[in-house]
Amino acid sequence: MIEVSGLHFTYPTGVEALRGVSTKIGKGEFVAIMGENGAGKTTLAKHFNGLLKPSRGKVFVNGIDTRKASVAELSRKVGLVFQNPDHQFFCETVKEEIAFGLRNFGFPREAIKERVKWALALLGLTKYEKSSPFVLSGGEKKRLALASVLAWDPEVLIIDEPTIGQDYAQKEKLRHFIAQLIAKEKAVIIITHDIEFVADCSPRVIVMSRGRIVMDGPAWTVLTNHKQILKAALIPPQVTQVFIKLSDLGMPTGIIGVNEARDLLVERLLGASG
Amino acid sequence: MPLIEVKNLTYTYPGSIKPSIKKVNLTIEKGEFLILTGPSGCGKTTLCRCFNGLIPNFYYGKLSGDIIVAGLSVRECPTFELAQRVGFVFQNPENQLFALSVEKDVAFGLENLGLPREEIRERVEWALDMVRITDLREMAPYELSGGQQQRVAIASVMAMRPEILVLDEPTSFLDPVAAKTIFEVVKRFNEELRMTIILVEHRLDLTAPYSNRIVVMDKGQIKLDGTPREILRSDKAGRLGVCIPKVVKLSEALKEERVKLEQVPLTADETAQIIRRILER
Amino acid sequence: MKFFQGFRFKRALTPIHRLDSRVKLLISCAFFVAFLYVELLPLIVILLAQVPLVVIARVHREWLQTLRGGAFFATMIFVINVLTGSQVTYSLAMVIRFLILISAFSVFFLTTRPDDLEVALEKMGVPYEYCFMFTTAVRYVPVLAIEALTIIDAQRSRGLEMEKGNFIKRVKNFIPVLIPLLVNSIRRSIEMAEAMEARSWGATKYRTSLYVPRLRPMDYISLIITVAAISFAVYVHFFWTIPTTVIPIPGL
Repeated sequence: MIEVSGLHFTYPTGVEALRGVSTKIGKGEFVAIMGENGAGKTTLAKHFNGLLKPSRGKVFVNGIDTRKASVAELSRKVGLVFQNPDHQFFCETVKEEIAFGLRNFGFPREAIKERVKWALALLGLTKYEKSSPFVLSGGEKKRLALASVLAWDPEVLIIDEPTIGQDYAQKEKLRHFIAQLIAKEKAVIIITHDIEFVADCSPRVIVMSRGRIVMDGPAWTVLTNHKQILKAALIPPQVTQVFIKLSDLGMPTGIIGVNEARDLLVERLLGASG
Repeated sequence: MPLIEVKNLTYTYPGSIKPSIKKVNLTIEKGEFLILTGPSGCGKTTLCRCFNGLIPNFYYGKLSGDIIVAGLSVRECPTFELAQRVGFVFQNPENQLFALSVEKDVAFGLENLGLPREEIRERVEWALDMVRITDLREMAPYELSGGQQQRVAIASVMAMRPEILVLDEPTSFLDPVAAKTIFEVVKRFNEELRMTIILVEHRLDLTAPYSNRIVVMDKGQIKLDGTPREILRSDKAGRLGVCIPKVVKLSEALKEERVKLEQVPLTADETAQIIRRILER
Repeated sequence: MKFFQGFRFKRALTPIHRLDSRVKLLISCAFFVAFLYVELLPLIVILLAQVPLVVIARVHREWLQTLRGGAFFATMIFVINVLTGSQVTYSLAMVIRFLILISAFSVFFLTTRPDDLEVALEKMGVPYEYCFMFTTAVRYVPVLAIEALTIIDAQRSRGLEMEKGNFIKRVKNFIPVLIPLLVNSIRRSIEMAEAMEARSWGATKYRTSLYVPRLRPMDYISLIITVAAISFAVYVHFFWTIPTTVIPIPGL
């Protein structure tokens, strides 16, 4: 679906943001891209919809070389939801906001009406159909940003920092929502710092540091590799930390979930205290 | 005499029909490190803006009930006076830094107060040192990372020597390592200077260990108030949508399987130590 | 974008940087004497007079960038002048006058800390609110510029194609960029106002300042040199005859 090979990118200011990135992301994959600020995560994501073109190397989306396609063409397949919804709202109503992308991509009027209704319902925003996007709460705005991208049904969805400012209930809803999208064979890429959220989702995790990919694998191997995680300025999930501290007592270290941890500890502790 | 007394406080934003906080009662003593949390829209941001007078003086609206902070009545006192007792650090570091050098920013509040230059110099040095950013003094805001910017904001508030420090989700835009630095700095103020801290936060896994009290709000009212261990362990907190740290969830899960830990752990360290003690028996 | 780098403060410890902001302002304004001349030779001399300042201040790269950036407008000035019937030498002179001014002020902004300029303006009698507005503008214009780029990216990711369409369509395409920018600016001002209130803004009419503009011996020397230079330039204009060259344009 998305193929990156030997990607180098230097900003016009001279900052070398990507220094040789190669990877593949397939249909229906759930990937979390993590790393410190400045590691190149958002820079990489912007190559997936053509906002940035490689200085060296190639990026292919569905077999198309991004250098030969426009942002609009690529965005039709790869929807990028920016971190701050306030950077995109300008319409008078929520309905209009969702219709904007659809109109840009040339959907016919009837299809637009239908899809707007569908997107509103999908994200639980139907009652706000005629409201102004500016009066929505933070969480509602994030959902509207998501709805406006999902409306044109891209095959890949990239969400930049989906959990900032969200409370626990909102994060859980998001997690379930992403699971639904994956079930529909959409690829979902999240760029995030929220390691506990990633531990809950358990996706494939790509860790970046200083313009390179330093780790790539399932969450339970990547997040528990504590030496590498610390080097990338991340903190392992709490549960993992517990087991790392107990590793000298022969505890396994590949644990990221509460239930796994409980099962393991019950075995050991009930055994120990007779 | 408690440092902050909130009595039956109700506030409605101008143009709103429903009040954002309803009959809130709360007392805070000097030296407490209190976390104010709750689901989005619960009123925690509104409440903390009552502590330094932004409500009602900046936001207007309808305020009823009483709130006394450091002996001053918020309803009658102008913001610039309350600001000297209650420092406020906002969520977005970018919009709190006005000057083009760190030391000028730290001096900003003191200049506004018209303090003599010598005193400004002294306090700026002290604040820079307290927050450990003395080496950044000549830097412009665009040369600083988010975490550094937020520390500058804290220093500029500290320079005014407030008794109370209110922080409204100060680490939302920061990565976990930078966030930790902020909490460590604030904890130091609490311990060394006996400063009263009110921290509005969602991420209790990071912040609960620093606090000695958690207040949970929902729909404009205070629903829970107690020590971190009490609150995080309670079912009600989970149902209110409070972010329960994984180690607490683990300890509760173990309890269900008849493995009781000697106390509710707040950090991975504590958890490991408690488990180690059981295993070594 | 690069053009604006020539107007952003560049930190260094040179004698020029250390001069009082008011003196530097005067030096920059002194270059207005260029408006006395339409002859190429003195104008070139005046432009070159900036070079020692630029070298001492170690801002030659940025200064050259400003000149290069100004080339676009310079070309426009040249073309308009020639098309409206002025001689080539005259048009060239207009171009050089323009370049002298933007480069002089470029050097000013490169070597003057905005915070220092703020107190200097205040000392000169400008009300504090205006000085603050100035520093705030300098502080936030780059932030706004980056925000505008982010908004453009966000809208392009929703299929907005800013390069396409006729003139009317292109103007309409600015709305999805301008409105978020405007709304965010308003939101930003509210957040800033809150933060200002939280730092006792308006506590007293008699603000004090961390920095104090003080004139040093070097400042006085610079003042004397500047006044002498201005006087000399005026004298030369009125009492010397300056050789002029006329470059003929075939066919004109």
